[in-house]
Amino acid sequence: MNIAVLIKSVVATDESVTVSGGEIEDTEAKRVINPYDEYGLEEALRWKESFGGTVTVIGAGADRAAEALRTALAMGADEALLIRVDERSVDEHATAKLIASAISQRRFEVAWAGHMSVDNGAGQVAIRVAELLGWPHAGAVVACELTDDGKLLVTRDAEGDSEDWELTLPAMLTAQQGLNEPRYPALAGIMKAKRKPLTELTPELLGVDLAGEEASPRTERLGCETPPARPAGRKLAGTAKEQAAELLGLLRGEAQALKGRG
Amino acid sequence: MGDNYLAKESQPDGMRGSSGTREMPHSEMNGSSNRRQEQHVVVAECRDGLLRQVSLEAIAAARGCMADGDKLAVLLLCGDGAEASAAAEQLARRAPDEVIAIDHPVLGRYAPDTHLAAVLAAAKALAPEARWWWLGHTAIGRDLAPRLAARLGAGQVSDALAAARGGDGRIELARALHAGKALERRAFLPGDTAIVTVRPNNFAPAEPIAGAAAPIRRVPFDPPPSRIFVRDVVRRASGTVDLAEARIIVAGGRGVKSAAGFAPLAELAALLGGAVGASRGACDAGYCDYALQIGQTGKTVTPDLYIACGISGAVQHLAGMSRSRVIVAINKDPEAPIFGVADYGIVGDLFEVVPAFIAELSGEY
Ligand SMILES: Cc1cc2nc3c(=O)[nH]c(=O)nc-3n(C[C@H](O)[C@H](O)[C@H](O)COP(=O)(O)OP(=O)(O)OC[C@H]3O[C@@H](n4cnc5c(N)ncnc54)[C@H](O)[C@@H]3O)c2cc1C
Ligand SMILES: Nc1ncnc2c1ncn2[C@@H]1O[C@H](COP(=O)(O)O)[C@@H](O)[C@H]1O
Repeated sequence: MNIAVLIKSVVATDESVTVSGGEIEDTEAKRVINPYDEYGLEEALRWKESFGGTVTVIGAGADRAAEALRTALAMGADEALLIRVDERSVDEHATAKLIASAISQRRFEVAWAGHMSVDNGAGQVAIRVAELLGWPHAGAVVACELTDDGKLLVTRDAEGDSEDWELTLPAMLTAQQGLNEPRYPALAGIMKAKRKPLTELTPELLGVDLAGEEASPRTERLGCETPPARPAGRKLAGTAKEQAAELLGLLRGEAQALKGRG
Repeated sequence: MGDNYLAKESQPDGMRGSSGTREMPHSEMNGSSNRRQEQHVVVAECRDGLLRQVSLEAIAAARGCMADGDKLAVLLLCGDGAEASAAAEQLARRAPDEVIAIDHPVLGRYAPDTHLAAVLAAAKALAPEARWWWLGHTAIGRDLAPRLAARLGAGQVSDALAAARGGDGRIELARALHAGKALERRAFLPGDTAIVTVRPNNFAPAEPIAGAAAPIRRVPFDPPPSRIFVRDVVRRASGTVDLAEARIIVAGGRGVKSAAGFAPLAELAALLGGAVGASRGACDAGYCDYALQIGQTGKTVTPDLYIACGISGAVQHLAGMSRSRVIVAINKDPEAPIFGVADYGIVGDLFEVVPAFIAELSGEY
């Protein structure tokens, strides 16, 4: 089983983000593999361990994307493909075109990706890639099993409901929290990763013209800003009963938060 | 129908209260006569036979962005006729031009292949060709929209918090980056097909339009063979109110200490007609199902009222709830970061405060 895993480098969720001059500041904040992609990678590595085959990690971006791919190699992936591109110059449409092109140059039976990237939060790229490849997909997968006759049985999360789907290969799966507990790269893995192949690709090599009709971005960012801070709140004093009574008064009164309810 | 609803709803009604996004500039509608009329389509959704609130919000978002001469059709995909007709009639009073109903047993359960094919069948029936597609950022919308976008070669803006026409007449969408630590404004390139998913609870639901209801057109649908077979659907979320759409949420964290500890929270939620949510701390500890998790890796919610009980307020939790209109925090630790976003903070034991609050509420009625 040859598995592709999409890997995006993101700013860690506990780092702060600052906006200046209408753009997000490019800082030295700690970066990690997008947590959802990490679940996908972990699942792919477990499949490789059970069924054999290879795990190829694919990322579109610049040096930081390469670092994330190196981490993935250290976790146990066999090979990495870096699509070198300035992430600020592409949107989800263009990114998906690049990744789909990279995947279609090889033979993969399955691809894993994340339910969404925690920085962009769009949840588009992986599903777009599936459509561009003509593959079925299952999104927000929380459990997955491969049957002897080569079918995928997945359990997916759908706003609290859980759905069991059966789908044919090749397929794209996006990982949701709860799928597994990703491993840490072991020291030996980090050493080995240095000798594993990381191939650099460019849009030209992939035959994707980012300025052309087909693949050029469909959306543009007009600007960014920091959300307004919430005004300082008020602490309520007294006994639990007094606090509860005051809270109810405030919610019914100035906050207008219990209008027509109770 | 007059265009008075355009004027009314072009107000950035989606931007709520103090926690809202920036006000985007919106000019008067671009009414120049040489502008081509554009077709908008809202893809509406039913859940358990009932039209979802977020579908009415998506209609409001679209109506707020339409210019003179634009058309709006609402597409309803349903699994059985009875549902379709009740929901379709509700939609017909809010859709300016028409409701397209596609009714087929396979659409009773979501699968990307069949739903996409149904949407494309509707697209074919539309004239002029659809330029704008609006969906809820729901389990179905977030799964279907990117597939549709890729099929049409279209741009997509996901999880929009606000939509308005900018000074130059372009539609601008506001959305969160880094789980709400930053906001961006995005626009589509002129002339391209555009797809938008809207975050639940951020647009005021569309009100009925005075006058005759829009016609309901049934479009025949012959589903393609699906590569996906839906074996089972299990309801895991407890309670009757959907978390993403709830107007009031009572959420518990590790401070609730046990699954049984969630009982008073559930009682309060039921009393308020709200839903129960949780922090990852509570889910990890096994006090409740992951389906209830709110935050960066859980659900993003924007209720009118969020009551956080025994939740410390880690950034990953705040990411999912800090845009709530009113936040109440109940926590033993006066230094807990949750107080930094709370409008009303109660330093105390949730096992005393929550029952006292329930007593106050029930005493009043
Ligand atoms: C990549 C990543 C993603 C994450 N995603 C999420 C996410 O989506 N959602 C999420 O919530 N977290 C998420 N987290 C975890 C997050 O960092 C916190 O660990 C988690 O939110 C803590 O949960 P908690 O507030 O319930 O627990 P704690 O931090 O342990 O807080 C418990 C609180 O309860 C209070 N308390 C205890 N007893 C009482 C009492 N009797 N009465 C009143 N108060 C009491 C305590 O003072 C304390 O403040 C994520 C973390 C990472 C790294
Ligand atoms: N630049 C990228 N490189 C590799 N994978 C990506 C990239 N952008 C997005 N993805 C994948 O697509 C998923 C959804 O991303 P997004 O559409 O940004 O929310 C992510 O979890 C990744 O698996």
